[in-house]
Amino acid sequence: MSNPKSGTVKLSAAAKREQNWGWLMVAPTIIGLVVLNVWPFIQTLYASFCEHLGFGHYRFLGIGNYTTMFKSPEFWKATWNTVYFCILTVPVGIFLALLVAILLNAKVKGKGFFRSVFFLPMVCAPAAITMVWRWIFNSDYGILNQMMGTSINWVTDSKVVMIACAVVAVWSAIGYDAVLLLSGLQNISKSYYEAAEIDGAGKITQFFHITLPMVSPTLFVVLIMRLMASMKVYDLIYMMVEDTNPALTSVQSLMYLFYRESFVASNRGYGSAIVIWTVFLIGIVTVIQFVGQKKWVNYEV
Amino acid sequence: MKNSSMGQSKKIVTTVTYAALILGSLVMIFPFLWMILTSSKTVPESMQIPPTIFPAQITFENFTRVMESLPFVSLYWNTALMILFRVVCAVAFSSMAGYAFAKLQFKGKNLLFSIVLMQMMMPSQIFIIPQYQMVAKLGAANSIFALVFPGLVSAFGTFFLRQAYLGIPNEIGEAAYLDGCNQWQSFTKVMFPLTSSSVAALTVFTAVFAYGDLMWPLVVNSDLKMMTLSSGLATLRGQFTTNFPVLMAGSLLAMLPMVILYLFFQRQFIEGVAMTGGK
Repeated sequence: MSNPKSGTVKLSAAAKREQNWGWLMVAPTIIGLVVLNVWPFIQTLYASFCEHLGFGHYRFLGIGNYTTMFKSPEFWKATWNTVYFCILTVPVGIFLALLVAILLNAKVKGKGFFRSVFFLPMVCAPAAITMVWRWIFNSDYGILNQMMGTSINWVTDSKVVMIACAVVAVWSAIGYDAVLLLSGLQNISKSYYEAAEIDGAGKITQFFHITLPMVSPTLFVVLIMRLMASMKVYDLIYMMVEDTNPALTSVQSLMYLFYRESFVASNRGYGSAIVIWTVFLIGIVTVIQFVGQKKWVNYEV
Repeated sequence: MKNSSMGQSKKIVTTVTYAALILGSLVMIFPFLWMILTSSKTVPESMQIPPTIFPAQITFENFTRVMESLPFVSLYWNTALMILFRVVCAVAFSSMAGYAFAKLQFKGKNLLFSIVLMQMMMPSQIFIIPQYQMVAKLGAANSIFALVFPGLVSAFGTFFLRQAYLGIPNEIGEAAYLDGCNQWQSFTKVMFPLTSSSVAALTVFTAVFAYGDLMWPLVVNSDLKMMTLSSGLATLRGQFTTNFPVLMAGSLLAMLPMVILYLFFQRQFIEGVAMTGGK
């Protein structure tokens, strides 16, 4: 167990045994990952340069799928929809989650109850949750229009459908993000606040000079995670807006387009190109985040 | 003078905090409440303007109708089995691999671990077409095996449990070794039991994720009898476009098992997710 690093020319009998155990114990996971992920990744990459002939047969095409893709208005619309979805949901969602976390971190009774309530959507399948919201958003009989006295076509009007989806997304994720942020808040030592109190710093000053910098590493993790999840949004939009909905193109995300091309239209080569593009986009956004974090994330404790 | 004004402002802060929390909770709970209320209304009542809040007459007809359209018993069974197998596989294989990566020295360790890290960074959709083609080639579409397939191993679980094993001091394993345990025994008898809170967290994470997953079950199991609760529910959309009481009854039935589990194990659920957070 405390052997020198492997790679030495001759291993003792015990070290050899340990090595064999090591290989044996990682074998199921590694074999599984190679079969289920590494090889499929290579196949997807290859398929993105191919035409799908049906039944899993492909013919090499070159960059054809990509040129088709970059010329397709539907594709660019889906890319924009994905980015727009992130813009609508991520900042608002994280702001509200932070607010909830701060409220839950205060000295209140029934903290556990409130936390459980905010967390509830997390344990419900998005398919079921979206169904309820479709009913709330229903233009004719939905409770939202009834209460506001409006007749907005939340789910079929191409101008507002994305907002409806964003509301559901924020509502669903708020408790999860708040729980993560709360654990970050709880790690802040009380002594900082006590010192600030003695210096006569107000609550607002305390928030900007203690809370925010101290919670920034957690905030960064939540931001990265939320952005990644939002870039590959699919289930919520799929449940909200079906193929026949006239507003589909105004709300269709990249992963929704990917699903329709790959599994409805069976254009798996083209579908593969879309998913490769999405991964590329997620990569860029993540790199930007990691570069940007140096400006605002505080790792000094 | 100063003290009383400070006490006053403290009171205001507390009141505002409670008000905000209660308001927020209402917004969170309302959709669930509305679902329950609608599911026991008749269709004409659900379309009444202005809407009624409580059903004039409670009906269970919507539940029987949705159970005629969807084989709910099969859906529950398929979902439960999918979750069970995914959890068992994730916990068993990830524990083994996590232990080995954390505590054992072997050639190629870093290279193999980089495969784990790479998988974690990729969105699952990038694997989905080839995975589907494999299942189709095996003739295994429309089966429980197909539902479990992408979850046979868990890169995230491996990474997460490796962290847990790294947190256990080496001396504990060495003591077991001196007592005559071999690597396998010291893993199963001494080390594995020490990771129980992490294993619980991974269980919750795996179960909640598998339960909510929609694209994979839709793609791989098209036979209604082999669907999960999520994918089965998706088929209702087209069938009952305006019959919301039936749709609400279906959603309620689909949600119920996990919500009941959640009510009993709230702490484990929330802590589990907080621990696995960052994925």
